Amino acid sequence: MKGLKKTFSELKHYPTAIVGLVIITLLIIMAAATIIFLPYREAKILWRGDEATTYLNPVNARPTWTNLFRKEKWPESFDIRFSENENVVKTVLPKEADAPEGKTVTELKYSFDYNYGEFPQEMILYFEGTYTNSKPFVEVSILTPEGRDIKIIGKGVAATETYRFNQDMKLEAKLGEKTSLVGLFSTINPEDPKVPEVAKGTYTMTLLVQTFADGDSVDAELVMHGLVYGFAGTDHKRRDLTTALLWGAPIALLFGLLASVGVSVLSMVIAAYGVWFGGWIDALIQRITEINMLLPFLAILVMIGTFYSKSIWVMLGATILLSIFAASIKTYRATFMQMRSASYIEAAQTYGASNNRIIFKYLIPRIIPLLIPGLVLSIPGFVFLEASLNVLGLGDPVLPTWGKIISDAYYQAALYNGNYYWIIQPSVLLMITGLAFAMVGFSLDRLFNPRLREQ
Amino acid sequence: MGEEVKAPEVKVKRKKRDNAFKRVVKYSALRLLSLFITVVIGVYLTIMIANMGGYVDKIMKGQIRETLAITLREDPNFQQMEPTVKATYFEAQVINAEKRLGLDQPFMIRSLRFLWNSIRLDLGQAQMMTSDSGSKTVRLIILERLPSTLLLMGVSNLVLFFTTIALALILSRKYGSFWDKFFIAASPLSAMPSWFYGIFLILIFAAVLKILPFGGMIGSPPPANVGQYIVDVLIHMILPASALIVSAFPARVYNWRTFFMIYASEDYVEMAKAKGLSAQTIRNKYVLRPTLPMIITSFSLMIIAMWTGALITETVFLWPGIGRLIYKAIGMSDTAVIVGTTIIYAYMLAFTVFFLDFIYAIVDPRVKIGSSNRS
Repeated sequence: MKGLKKTFSELKHYPTAIVGLVIITLLIIMAAATIIFLPYREAKILWRGDEATTYLNPVNARPTWTNLFRKEKWPESFDIRFSENENVVKTVLPKEADAPEGKTVTELKYSFDYNYGEFPQEMILYFEGTYTNSKPFVEVSILTPEGRDIKIIGKGVAATETYRFNQDMKLEAKLGEKTSLVGLFSTINPEDPKVPEVAKGTYTMTLLVQTFADGDSVDAELVMHGLVYGFAGTDHKRRDLTTALLWGAPIALLFGLLASVGVSVLSMVIAAYGVWFGGWIDALIQRITEINMLLPFLAILVMIGTFYSKSIWVMLGATILLSIFAASIKTYRATFMQMRSASYIEAAQTYGASNNRIIFKYLIPRIIPLLIPGLVLSIPGFVFLEASLNVLGLGDPVLPTWGKIISDAYYQAALYNGNYYWIIQPSVLLMITGLAFAMVGFSLDRLFNPRLREQ
Repeated sequence: MGEEVKAPEVKVKRKKRDNAFKRVVKYSALRLLSLFITVVIGVYLTIMIANMGGYVDKIMKGQIRETLAITLREDPNFQQMEPTVKATYFEAQVINAEKRLGLDQPFMIRSLRFLWNSIRLDLGQAQMMTSDSGSKTVRLIILERLPSTLLLMGVSNLVLFFTTIALALILSRKYGSFWDKFFIAASPLSAMPSWFYGIFLILIFAAVLKILPFGGMIGSPPPANVGQYIVDVLIHMILPASALIVSAFPARVYNWRTFFMIYASEDYVEMAKAKGLSAQTIRNKYVLRPTLPMIITSFSLMIIAMWTGALITETVFLWPGIGRLIYKAIGMSDTAVIVGTTIIYAYMLAFTVFFLDFIYAIVDPRVKIGSSNRS
């Protein structure tokens, strides 16, 4: 153990190892924070992408930070509830003389600045009404910075109503542009009249609510879907990618660590037993290894995923089982063979040490310097294997992982459609994780195998 | 007197040679047998997994009923039948169809027959898949995909093999130089698989720069002219081949460099240097010669690896090779095609392993075939 400690303190002399260790520490902190602050139960619900969790999100929105690199900013998303927002100006209009009993007309005004270079993706009004006899009536209009007062719609509100601006063909026809929102937010471009330009300034939305009995009310929620959203953007199902980017870390680390530790430790123990007992046990292990090396690893894994289960635990188990009897078991065997006839083991035998004692106290500890670099170096492979399985469509269907984002993006032709953020973010995280472990692993390898060491 | 002394000496010598011959024959026979058993078990395991232990049969039986029900519903003759006649006719048709696919026999018997056919390389008929020319013969389906896989894997693997060895040889002599350190530092880059590089290459060269195609093997419509056709295929091959090369390159260089350096630090190399032999002679006779077994092993394993194609890279680049074929076959649970590709791979690997023993003995005098110190 002292030797191990010494080796790790020697790691300080390898700058790549330090960088790698810092990154790994940061990843572990990120993973732990994710598990604590965004519990799996919540993440799973968010990642399922129900209407209730995603209605505020635009489709395929870029991350908000991309605006830092744009001269003309892209619109950000927002939503307000007219009954709760303090910027809403509410005035109850005076009663008309011939108004029927109980009729009230309320005016709700909300102003917002729109200084972006692009048109919003969608604008939606969600109405909720309560009434006794006749439905409340709402008239919506928008005052543009240029002073155009555009009547949007007038409609009766029952329990719930949804109005989507871009799906209103009448409005679109009235405004005469490609979509309703382009019509609403545009001004005539002096350079090219055919290409509409955003009219920047303050827009005021007015809701004229008529209720016909005391106690009747209408509430409305205005949702603006911009072109950028949140820390990481959204995908084709309006899901916030932050969920999967965060949860990808613990899953990648867990999969990589469990698989590599499982494979290394199990193959080491099996090799030790084989060498120590020899005879048919050793022969059997050798034969199993030969058969296993003959089987196409990835194809078998794909078969298991397609036919049995795509659960990450099944995949992890299959990966470990298929990787135990591989080339590494032969390396361990060769090393144990050399040690088997060492005199200290003979001494242990003479004082009557049991087989298990010899294997676990005398054989295995000696091989740990060989094991550790191999273990660390195999982690990136397993982290990427999890992503690879996702790209092949064999990812755990409910888990939000980095590989899942890449595969979604790939199958939605993200690169073809220019949604680069969608693929780059998870890829960079995967790359950082893989590289960090590889850097530490290579340094450990050079430490433990002095033949490879530089000057 | 002299003659009397000589005679037993000759005898001894012949006996020794006989022993060596017997040893080689005995070793080869045992080795072939054990490899054969390994292949049989491996293939049988693949058959069991590819069939989910008989579960695929149930799926297929269900599918037969469903497709028959749909086709018969359209058949005017069937519509006019009496309900009881209808039912018996339907069942008869189902039994016919199951017989055609061999589903009427128990799974254990079928799996053993399947194994027997596979081992004789009689790959049989695909259950679902067809080749692009419409054949259901597994051999034709595989042969149709083979050229594209061999082209992609062959080009990238050969480039990798020779460039990495050449570079590693140079680096092993310039120990501690800038480029040596550069490749040591770059070696972790190989932790990323080729498909991952592929996505970035697509991003840069296809999506942003728009100078290379996103994927596929030939443009649409394919050019009629043979020369243009070849050029088009080569253009489509640039990205997948680069992905395969770039991802493997740093680690390969690092491994070969370390490997050569271990051999270059042997005493006999120092001795050769002290004798004043040229660098070229030292490289060829004192470093490359003893590493030849390893180089041959690596080369032959590379040749075998070409066979299975690159499953994910081919999928990402939509390259119509064996890797994608396997993936598609698994998706359609077409056991015949899955087992067909596995058996060819298994045979090739087994034969290579067998012949490598002899090649080792030929190129390395220290190795004796069948001697007990080899495991």
